[in-house]
Amino acid sequence: MKPIFSHTEGMITDPMHYCPGCTHGIIHRLVGETLIELGIRERAVGVSPVGCSVFTYKYFTCDMFQASHGRAPAVATGAKRCRPELIVFCYQGDGDLAAIGTSEIIHAANRGEKITCIFVNNAIYGMTGGQMAPTTVPGQRTSTTPGGRNVDEDGFPLKMSEILAQLQTPGYIARVSMHSPEEIIRAKRVIRKAFEYQVNNTCFSFVEFLSTCPTNWGLSPVDSLNWIKNSMLPYYPLGEHKVPEQKEEGTQ
Amino acid sequence: MAKILMKGNEAIGEAAIKAGCLYFFGYPITPQNELPEYLSKRLPQVGGRYIQTESEVATSNMIFGAAGVGVRVMTSSSSPGISLMSEGLSYLAGADLPVVIVNMMRAGPGLAGILPAQSDYAHATRGTAHGDFQLLVLAPSSVQEAVDLTMLCFELAEKYRMPVMLLGDGMIGQMMEPVEFPPMEVGPPMNADDWALTGCKGRAPRLVSSLFLDPVELNAKNHERFEKYKVVAQNETRFELYNCDEPYDILITAFGVMSRVCKSAITELKKQGVRVGLFRPITVKPYPSEALSSAILKARRVLDVEMNMGQMLVDVQLAANGQREVDFMGKCGGLTPSIEDVVEAVYASLAKAEAAV
Amino acid sequence: MKSTDVLFAGFGGHGMLMAGKLLALSMIKQGKQVSWLPAYGAEMRGGTANVTVCISDGDVMSPYIERPNALVVMNTPSLAKFGPRVKPGGLILLNSTLIKDPFTRDDCPVMSLPASQIAMDMGNARATNLILLGAYAGITQIASQEEVIETIQETFTSRPKFIPLNVSAFSAGWKEGTRLRLESGVEFAHQENEEEETDSRYAYSNG
Repeated sequence: MKPIFSHTEGMITDPMHYCPGCTHGIIHRLVGETLIELGIRERAVGVSPVGCSVFTYKYFTCDMFQASHGRAPAVATGAKRCRPELIVFCYQGDGDLAAIGTSEIIHAANRGEKITCIFVNNAIYGMTGGQMAPTTVPGQRTSTTPGGRNVDEDGFPLKMSEILAQLQTPGYIARVSMHSPEEIIRAKRVIRKAFEYQVNNTCFSFVEFLSTCPTNWGLSPVDSLNWIKNSMLPYYPLGEHKVPEQKEEGTQ
Repeated sequence: MAKILMKGNEAIGEAAIKAGCLYFFGYPITPQNELPEYLSKRLPQVGGRYIQTESEVATSNMIFGAAGVGVRVMTSSSSPGISLMSEGLSYLAGADLPVVIVNMMRAGPGLAGILPAQSDYAHATRGTAHGDFQLLVLAPSSVQEAVDLTMLCFELAEKYRMPVMLLGDGMIGQMMEPVEFPPMEVGPPMNADDWALTGCKGRAPRLVSSLFLDPVELNAKNHERFEKYKVVAQNETRFELYNCDEPYDILITAFGVMSRVCKSAITELKKQGVRVGLFRPITVKPYPSEALSSAILKARRVLDVEMNMGQMLVDVQLAANGQREVDFMGKCGGLTPSIEDVVEAVYASLAKAEAAV
Repeated sequence: MKSTDVLFAGFGGHGMLMAGKLLALSMIKQGKQVSWLPAYGAEMRGGTANVTVCISDGDVMSPYIERPNALVVMNTPSLAKFGPRVKPGGLILLNSTLIKDPFTRDDCPVMSLPASQIAMDMGNARATNLILLGAYAGITQIASQEEVIETIQETFTSRPKFIPLNVSAFSAGWKEGTRLRLESGVEFAHQENEEEETDSRYAYSNG
């Protein structure tokens, strides 16, 4: 009988450490599948962050770095600039990328580094126990915003895709969501496209994933999916926020 | 080969190229700007890459990425920038990555001043960043020595798989002296085949990381690394003894360019019949403690001279081990103790030695 | 072993760092060891700028000199700061176009030259530094005219349009320096420090 679903060779088969209902695992799988489908696993180097996805390096079957908090795009820059033949990707959460690492991601994007950044936005600090993240939505309760995020004191959540999309340097910037099978299938197409832009040496690529945190949101896995849909989507519109300009036929 | 007149900063850049370093990441800061400027022009000529970074924080992580994929890489900065790199230095040490970092020290603390100082001795040799680790730190006293030691830095970084720092100051960086570049056979980075991330074709995937959550494993890892530091101390400690063949009453200790002011002072004192020797550590980490101890025992008293508030003094006192008194004379903030200052301080030390009899 | 230390001082843009560099390069031609240490500041232009050139038969010991053997000085603030520091028996050479106030030392000769005026008469005040360098070399005979002219030509290879003016300014300065030396009535040579050879040993801990 022909198998219609199996493990991807882009990942190991051991169980992951993520909480039940967390969509990190699905995002890992989409990346792992892409490494195999594009035939780039053996020349890929990933960079894992600090945060819930700190152990990313354990799951992918390619060479990996473990970086300091927020600096994955800098590590990726160093690797890619010195060995351009490698396919270099970062995997970062919202505290890592959108708080402590804003400088590194903006400048990597602005230099047009030919790397692929995977940004997992679950609107909270997961590993440290559910504190407010730069992406926490207005009014959202966290362990450090017991009364809900107060925009007068904490400002509004950072929309990283929109911020990066307005840079003049060419890039591929997209936001996808993990809240339904349909969106997951769409996300797969987007992540594949992001890696293809790197393989073709076209531009910097960045994919923001709206992801769940049932544990720290205090919701069931199913309710968490609904919470993405109802509470995050209005604030974080999905879609391709920027695509590199297509060169017209016959022009240089 | 004829000697050419070059600024220290530029000469270090050329020395790096001669040592086969093709990659430089850096952020501008006075007084080391001529080094990145020089390499921004030279590296593309030799097939290398110069990347100006957004901060020293990013720099230290970019060299982490570069060293991790097995290339020879360097950065340079000055005191406040080195502070910002501290986090990265800890990660580099924790992942056993060979990199060369140049620190052209300026006055501190804080934003302080841009003039020469030896303000980061303690930072470089002691409190570089969080965690148990050491850097290998070499302190040149002339432009030629900066060239020679820069080339040595790359060799040592790769041989021992550890970050190595060239600890200069604004004077070394800004000064021009005639230099020549010794021929050096350059191959690919040593030993990197065994661990560098180059894509896992034909082998198991690799990891470059400083994360060890298992306490037993981390304990073993740190012990292993400190065993390596012992080997480094055994094999690589370097120093200079000046005017120490004849008997001396006072032994001056000084490192870097400060030692040359002391040499001039010793020449003056010689004319006046005062017998003074000089001990100059070239590796300030590991510190040549045993050699200094022997030199100290031949003196009546020791005078430590630095362009700071006495950061190396602790190492000199440890080497003296209570056998001799150690005096200190220093200026900082961008001031340098002059030949006349050192002569005066030697007389003061002599007077104390006499009074103690 | 003999050595001498010369301080060139003025404002940024006066070209004193270049004058010092040309002297250092000329001395390398004689097989001397040199160091060229600028006092750098936050200002790129207009601040005080000075450079100490140390010249020695052997290794240059301290490149940092508070009491030089000679001072070549462009303007009043620099003279006020460095004039009193010159070693007794040393030389002070000043640009009298910009330094109007009298300056004397009992223990060393003070020679003045309207260097800026001479340069302006030649058509470019920016050559004042080369007038002063020429005069310093002419007074002290530390380098031959040919050595320095060759150095100028080598230094400005990539900017050849500067060569004629710099060479003629240096030569004019040299002529003035020679005249000053003869007028002073003494056989003037640059002041030198005498130093004994000293042992220096480099070592590794494991021998």
